Amino acid sequence: MDIVVVFLIIFGLIFFTGGAVGILRFPDFYSRLHPAGKLDTGGGFLIMVALALFNLHHFSLSTLLTSFKIILIVVFVFLSSPTAIHGIVDAGVRAGLGPWTKKND
Amino acid sequence: MDTFFLYCGLYLSFLMALSLYRAVFGPTVLDRLIGVNAIGSKTAVLLILIGLIYHRVDMFVDIALAYAMLNFIAVLAASRYFQKRKGLFGE
Repeated sequence: MDIVVVFLIIFGLIFFTGGAVGILRFPDFYSRLHPAGKLDTGGGFLIMVALALFNLHHFSLSTLLTSFKIILIVVFVFLSSPTAIHGIVDAGVRAGLGPWTKKND
Repeated sequence: MDTFFLYCGLYLSFLMALSLYRAVFGPTVLDRLIGVNAIGSKTAVLLILIGLIYHRVDMFVDIALAYAMLNFIAVLAASRYFQKRKGLFGE
């Protein structure tokens, strides 16, 4: 059980590393939203599932409720994070922010 | 296992410091918003890790849920506010 938890957490940290590097290194605003939207959601999903599994070691009603709440956070983040990213994209489009092309580099 | 969680939390804090660069030096206002959103989504995970280190997950999971909601509402409200303004990208 611990091996599964450690593997899930390490994969989630790899996802988070990719998200942070992508936010730092991509050239313009719209391409920076791509790692921010996908990799942060995926990394949070993997790490939170691992922590919910680890929390079920001493099985009782209270730890089951706590793991259920962690899964609830996962569901909420899956709904809310892409919505927030889409709101930022919408703000950029309506403000007239142009995409990055090869010419204006 | 506690030591592993401690080092995971430290590494997550390091990644948050990397995202803070985009939140401080971003060329436009919306880039700063991306950095703030990335830091917030990492903080919800970090709060549950802190709860596992202190053996009080039942208390910290409620704080993490409230923080995830607060982050979502803050980013959405800020993006709705900034889309009305002209000259956003020229600073």
